[in-house]
Amino acid sequence: MSFFKDVQKVLKQNIREYGMFIALFVIMAIFTITTKGIFISSRNISNLLNQTGYIAVLGVGMTLVIVIRHIDLSVGFLAGFLGAVAAIAMEFWGLPVYMVIPLAMAFGVLAGAITGFLVAQLGIPAFVATLAGWLIYRGALLVVTEGTGTIIISSDAFNALGNGYIPDFPAMGFLPEMHKLTLLLGIIAIVFFVMSELNSRRRKQAYNFEVLPMNIFVLKLVLTSLLIGGIAWTLAGYNGLSWTVVIVLLVVGIYHFITTQTVLGRHIYAIGGNPEAAELSGISVKKITYTVFCSMGMLSGLSGMLFASRLQSATTTAGTLFELDAIAAAFVGGVSAAGGVGKVTGALIGALVMMSLTSGMNLMGIGIAYQYMVRGAVLAAAVIFDVATRNQGK
Amino acid sequence: MIPPILEMKHITKEFPGVKALDDVSFQVKTGEIHCLVGENGAGKSTLMKVLSGVYPHGDYVGEIIYEGQAQKFRHIADSEKAGIAIIYQELALVPELTVYENIFLGHEIANGFTIDWNETIKQADEMLQKVKLNVNPEAKIKELGVGQQQLVEIAKALSQDVKLLILDEPTSALNEDDVENLFSLLRDLKKQGVTCVMITHKLKEVIEMSDSVTILRDGQAVITLDAHNGEVNENALIKHMVGREIENIYPKRDKKASTETLLEVKNWNAYDPKLGRKILRDINFRLAKGEIIGLSGLMGSGRTELALSLFGNPDGYEIEGELLVNNETVEFGHPEGAIASGIAYVTEDRKRNGLILIQDVKQNNTLANLKGISNRGVVDENAEIKVASEYVVSLNIKTPSIEQTVVNLSGGNQQKVSLAKWLFVKPDILILDEPTRGIDVGAKFEIYTIMNRLVEQGMGIIMISSELPEVLGMSDRVYVVSEGEITGELAIEDATQESIMKLATVS
Repeated sequence: MSFFKDVQKVLKQNIREYGMFIALFVIMAIFTITTKGIFISSRNISNLLNQTGYIAVLGVGMTLVIVIRHIDLSVGFLAGFLGAVAAIAMEFWGLPVYMVIPLAMAFGVLAGAITGFLVAQLGIPAFVATLAGWLIYRGALLVVTEGTGTIIISSDAFNALGNGYIPDFPAMGFLPEMHKLTLLLGIIAIVFFVMSELNSRRRKQAYNFEVLPMNIFVLKLVLTSLLIGGIAWTLAGYNGLSWTVVIVLLVVGIYHFITTQTVLGRHIYAIGGNPEAAELSGISVKKITYTVFCSMGMLSGLSGMLFASRLQSATTTAGTLFELDAIAAAFVGGVSAAGGVGKVTGALIGALVMMSLTSGMNLMGIGIAYQYMVRGAVLAAAVIFDVATRNQGK
Repeated sequence: MIPPILEMKHITKEFPGVKALDDVSFQVKTGEIHCLVGENGAGKSTLMKVLSGVYPHGDYVGEIIYEGQAQKFRHIADSEKAGIAIIYQELALVPELTVYENIFLGHEIANGFTIDWNETIKQADEMLQKVKLNVNPEAKIKELGVGQQQLVEIAKALSQDVKLLILDEPTSALNEDDVENLFSLLRDLKKQGVTCVMITHKLKEVIEMSDSVTILRDGQAVITLDAHNGEVNENALIKHMVGREIENIYPKRDKKASTETLLEVKNWNAYDPKLGRKILRDINFRLAKGEIIGLSGLMGSGRTELALSLFGNPDGYEIEGELLVNNETVEFGHPEGAIASGIAYVTEDRKRNGLILIQDVKQNNTLANLKGISNRGVVDENAEIKVASEYVVSLNIKTPSIEQTVVNLSGGNQQKVSLAKWLFVKPDILILDEPTRGIDVGAKFEIYTIMNRLVEQGMGIIMISSELPEVLGMSDRVYVVSEGEITGELAIEDATQESIMKLATVS
């Protein structure tokens, strides 16, 4: 009996943190039932994750922009434009892939620096400055694709970013239908997760901090391990882990580390929480604003390449509405419009929630008109939930 | 006998963790000027918010009887309708709108759907005459001085047939002339039958103006004094406000004068491009090791601006002059540089620019010195926990845990967290701007004790304060600032409330 009470209490206290996981789970469960299991099939999940990639990457950057109380509307067409630049660099300039990828990301950083200059140096509201960017990059995308229209990308290596999968061990007759490296990585991830959780729990106990009750802690470990294992198993049943997923996990991992473990991360959240106090504490709000917009630009470049690679071409409309999807992902992922609150892992979940809705409704054959409405309602519900739970817990 | 215009009976109002009002009963006679006094945090403003419906009926326990009827105000609009107007410390006017637009904001004179501007201007003019304010009603509010703006607020209240006028610290930002003006207006209004409640902690004003005085302390109504029975005098007021002999508040320390100069300011001038005027003129002062200098002066005299101009100039003033730290000339482009030179500045407004309220105690504690707990840019959380735990103990910060969000702490404990943050940068020079504003007497004593400990360890403290007893009780020397200039330096032996006040009001 007390176990359920404990669960209830923990859920109540951490409802903000667990809310979106629960939402994602519920959405996936509903679609699994309504599509008679097609939704949860290996093939669909693999597809879903690959489609989420370019939005998740933008969502991560957008989370930080919103944390420091700004917004970036330019990222959609910037991504489209940089995707086209990457295609041109490969097809017309003949640059190799390993140079094109950092080049496009460097252009992204430059674009971010320009936004940063407008916002941090000149004090132009980010909404206006990046709306100008939205128009400019849209125009730029049309200019560079003017002569050619859609640019077909012929590089297999580049196209693998959005369509390829990590290699597997040579077949040894063991689990012939499964992608064994994916399974192995899944197991490593579980071990790593359990170890780090145990470590952090031990450390907290050493300082007499409040920790989860033992039974709930075990439940959390089991559930999360099952989740990771389940995903690995599902993906292993199709083609294994895709490069897109690897890239997204890398980006989320790096940004998660930066935001939670580094001085830079602390400065970002301090500015979001109270810019005047941060400035007086010796933190340069200007520098951090530049940094965050540059990171956003860099991720826009990455996102644009993921998208171009997925389509194996750069199109004249690439990037349309990406910025709004990214903002939606960030908000569904729990970022607060008031600033100072929001996790990059949340943006990943947020992007998955939005993409699951699209994928699930597509499978159910629901028309695009209703899809927009449902997604809008979910976004509104996420923000209502955020506002309603803002002052709960600690 | 005329019945009282207002009776508040057994009002109790609780916030999470704090009882802001504890069974307060408060009575205002019709047609009097009633002063509500008490230290910061005694519950004066909360009581008025209960009255005006900012805290709606049901949010508090107790009863409000106004003009003989029990009232259940749920919103400010309800109390305004009943003829109660509150004029807050922070004026609630719209700077970009004109005087007449502001006076009738919220109760516009309209024919059906359109505003009758001619009638509005005419009536606004009448109201301005009533408050003896000689300005063009078509002027924008931002073009007016603070004193004039306050009169516009009163005009606004009068335009709504106010019967009970409540003024929250009305003189805190005014110069002497403006204060005189305001008081004569209040006396006029009294003759016209307007009852007035004035919240203040300036005892002179209380003695000058009040018919009766109610004193609040720590959320309780201590006593109501009647001026006509000669009960209102400084000693009685102080006694009831602090509830103890005043000397006890300031802990003693062994004063060891040092000749070693930590900080020196020479011919310091600052121009604020945003205001378009000079805010500091020819400032010269020095701070020695192991001493506390008091920087006294009225609010708005330029004390905070002086501190900020020294502390890396975050507001972008144009500065001339020389600043020496440890006898070396320094120039800072950002607070970062000032911190690196060993200067720390504890702000007067911890909520606005001191603390990150949504973050926890340990994160706030380490914010200004993350270098001290990090290795190649990666924060060592164990080191952070250690640091925060130490400060919680050494400053006696009352918090359930160092992972508590600071918004949930009381004012005194928030102030200690703010102080802890700056002590962790290990400064030589500590600038404390109103270090005990809005905190209770017990916490004040603790802050003073900490200050004594710090100067005994060799730190130099610049204490900016508007509370004269605090300046007199804690400083080794006193500089008085008025209108951006240092108008005098007083040895502590020569300093009295009167001598400081005299210098502070020189113009």
